[in-house]
Amino acid sequence: MSGHGANYRYVSRKRRTKEDRRFIAGKGRFAADIAVPGMKHVALVASPHPRANILSIDATRALESPGVHAVLTGDELAAETAPLFNGLDIPEVKWFPLAVGMSRYAGEWVAAVVADSRYLAEDAAELVEVDYEPLPAAVEIESLLEPDSPLVHPGHGSNVLVRKTFEWGPVEADFAKSERTLTYRARWGRSSTVPIETFGVVSRWDPIREILDVWASIQMPNYQEQIANSLGIPTNSIRVHNDVDVGGSYGVKRGIKHTVITAYLARKLGMPVRLIEDRLDNMSGGDAHGPDRLFDVTLAFDGDGTIRSMKLRAIDDVGAYPGRGPLQLGKPITALVGPYRLSSVAYEAISVTSNKTGQVPVRGFGQSPTNFMIETGIDLVARRLGIDRIELRRRNLIRSDEFPWRIPTGTEYDSGDYHAVLAKALALADYDALVARRDAARAAGRLAGIGIAACLEPGGGNNIFEQLLNEKLEITTFVESCLMRVDMHGHVTAVMSTTTSGQGHETLIATIAGEELERDPDTIRVTHADSLEALPTRSPVASRMAIVLGGATSEAARKIRAKMVRIAAHNLGVGEDRVEYQAGTFFVRGEPARKLEWNEIASIAHRQFHRLPPGAEPCLQEFSVLQVPGASGQLPNEKKEIQLYPCFSFQAHIPYVEIDPGTGKVEVLDYAIGHDCGTVINPDIVRGMIVGGLAHGVGAALYEKFAYDGDGQFLSGSFVDYLLPSSHEIPIVRDVEHCTPSPRTSLGQKGSGEGGYLGAPAAVASAVNDALAPLGISLSELPMRLCDIEAAIHEKRTERNG
Amino acid sequence: MTARDISLTVNGEIRRANVMPRMTLVDLLRDVLGLTGTHIGCEHGVCGACSILLDGVPVRSCLIFAVQADGHEVTTVEGLADGDGEIGDLQDAFWECHAMQCGYCTPGMLIAGHALLAENPAPDTGEIREAISGNLCRCTGYTQIVEAIALCAARRREGEG
Repeated sequence: MSGHGANYRYVSRKRRTKEDRRFIAGKGRFAADIAVPGMKHVALVASPHPRANILSIDATRALESPGVHAVLTGDELAAETAPLFNGLDIPEVKWFPLAVGMSRYAGEWVAAVVADSRYLAEDAAELVEVDYEPLPAAVEIESLLEPDSPLVHPGHGSNVLVRKTFEWGPVEADFAKSERTLTYRARWGRSSTVPIETFGVVSRWDPIREILDVWASIQMPNYQEQIANSLGIPTNSIRVHNDVDVGGSYGVKRGIKHTVITAYLARKLGMPVRLIEDRLDNMSGGDAHGPDRLFDVTLAFDGDGTIRSMKLRAIDDVGAYPGRGPLQLGKPITALVGPYRLSSVAYEAISVTSNKTGQVPVRGFGQSPTNFMIETGIDLVARRLGIDRIELRRRNLIRSDEFPWRIPTGTEYDSGDYHAVLAKALALADYDALVARRDAARAAGRLAGIGIAACLEPGGGNNIFEQLLNEKLEITTFVESCLMRVDMHGHVTAVMSTTTSGQGHETLIATIAGEELERDPDTIRVTHADSLEALPTRSPVASRMAIVLGGATSEAARKIRAKMVRIAAHNLGVGEDRVEYQAGTFFVRGEPARKLEWNEIASIAHRQFHRLPPGAEPCLQEFSVLQVPGASGQLPNEKKEIQLYPCFSFQAHIPYVEIDPGTGKVEVLDYAIGHDCGTVINPDIVRGMIVGGLAHGVGAALYEKFAYDGDGQFLSGSFVDYLLPSSHEIPIVRDVEHCTPSPRTSLGQKGSGEGGYLGAPAAVASAVNDALAPLGISLSELPMRLCDIEAAIHEKRTERNG
Repeated sequence: MTARDISLTVNGEIRRANVMPRMTLVDLLRDVLGLTGTHIGCEHGVCGACSILLDGVPVRSCLIFAVQADGHEVTTVEGLADGDGEIGDLQDAFWECHAMQCGYCTPGMLIAGHALLAENPAPDTGEIREAISGNLCRCTGYTQIVEAIALCAARRREGEG
């Protein structure tokens, strides 16, 4: 480790996490572990057709089945609830938890059966008779733009949900000035984060207290607001239990439709109702697919490799029910030109609907496909010009003395030293030796390649890009909060207001509070307030918790400390400016014998009003509601320029792969990564996030695809068809850290939850293309599955032999 | 279908239950016996989240009916602790290495690691990766899990030496 600006007591130091202890003991408390007395169970009836009119639903036999309490259909639910939230302004695209009148993708839920056990509910679900009229489906991405495409939402009149064009900086002038241009296409396949825990929810309605209790595997902003809007009950009648452990999410645990189904049923039946997706429910009907994107790009550059400008069109297939998915075309505006010095960019963003499972926010919120698109272009320019790929990146990367650097879209990058991180990654990879290894493998007749990717990870979640895609979304408040208490015995408790799905927030808070208060983090208790007791939160999305929750923790702790200094000064009979605090002791500067201990101050605060400074509020509790730092708090200007996310982490990825020329099988044999996320709060957590995100990216690059046939039939609803990388597919990853603190955060921290995933797909694709280059093959579609690579090799050989 | 009486040893205790023949072992453990440390991820035998030891051998409890475990010995994550301690040495190594994030696959990983070390006290990295290759983790990328199992093995060898 190097470059840390401060000598911290707890921050950046090795420390066991607070959360792990319960998980290793088998004592986590996940949604499926919640057993509420009298709880009933839901099984779902799904449509087998990509697109079909629902002519009738006959539940007679299902209702006669043992232990069955109800069969809920879309018609009933739509009559009793409001449609679910869409991020775009598309009033005629109505999303209900169960299909209404028409099923729009294979696997869409058509009815929900409630019974005494899941077994009995499944039995009855098989007895629900649905009469369908199958229709031709809208499937292939470019055909969705055609006027004669079957309409997914006939009322909307088109499959295009939004089409926006932007131009930032002198695009045409930059193109005119440039010596060369290069046009290419890049395709990001449909995959997702696919946590090992599926989505689950238990809802219970108490008609006396008029409270809906919800225990869910959730990671989503404004969850209770969305429940309230759909059910038509006040937000303060909903209690979401944020202490439920969430078994992985990485963006996708957003089961609002599941929640509305159970909440509606719980109120209607007067019984607690639980819905736990099985794996097929999750993969086909959970509306948790990720971006499915086609990029058409032209880069303008000079013969020396200086890239000046980019024209970009992105089409994103969001499936049948868009929800928040389409806004993932907006987030990449935050870092649309990546870590490079482009002076202008044109962007056309098109969101289309299709007869496929609905899209949900996935780790990075559209940034990973965008990074893949950019890095693919950089490699192609290098190849076109005959310039080394690394050298080309060095020439275009923003230099460390140029920060803060403003990109054409109006966002200012806070800090970084991209050249230093790249150099560290190359040294870790032992790049010259790696080249020799690759060349020796090639000489021995194998296909071998080295990948290079530089990537940015925007962190903080200043999501004003939403307004660029939907002018009605005038939201500029993106806060996180921390409430901190010191009790009469001096013990510290900090309260967070949202769920955790593996990010280690309890450790984050305890470490930062410990640092600020000079108290051992192991003694600090961290709790998750339920939504009725919670302070404002936007939930743990957008690599924002270290930045915003960490900042709120610092602020709350600093208020506590200041108040304790004030009480000490009053009792020591000196001015506040003469009191020093060190590791639990408040003393008069230069007179260490005149002192009060931490616990004495806590006791005075809670029990001895007569010893408090005049006007001081008794007891010791403070809170901070922190707006995302670095935000202007404004909407975009007339040029559509706006400061989006405040903090920019950087990574350089260098994988080494070999490919079996017979089968097309890729093996990732080595992986070196350099990363800079500013001040690291907990090194083990950051390393885990980076390596884990990277593994997730290897999956997106080589294995994972939600495949559909030409008619729209879904082909990958199990782990036998949708391949997640195992320990065989992920090499032991070596990482090296660099630290450029952010000037915008309380301790210099930046985000780190997404970076591995934001660079790995581009890097692995780069390695595969390097390996295939001697054959004259260049692929630009992810995932690059074994069958795709084998087909490309076969085609090339046939071409040559023919 | 008629319910059947079964008796099995779970984490050293004899447990009796009256179950339908179609009930899976994982549902028995979680819903009837209240041992929710064993998790469900796919229910088709791929992800390994429901791994338990059946007569000492790691198996998928989603692919076994409860009635098939009648008369057998089952160990779950709750049974991996030594004596009265809350956690065992492999669990402690997982904590030390932060070999998890969300904790959902962790019980299955512990079972896989436990079975490996019972058979091979000095596994190399390749053997560890092989041993956990039937357990999917979506958070960690496996590196810290491999390190944890290696650390536990090394500590056991030191303890003996």
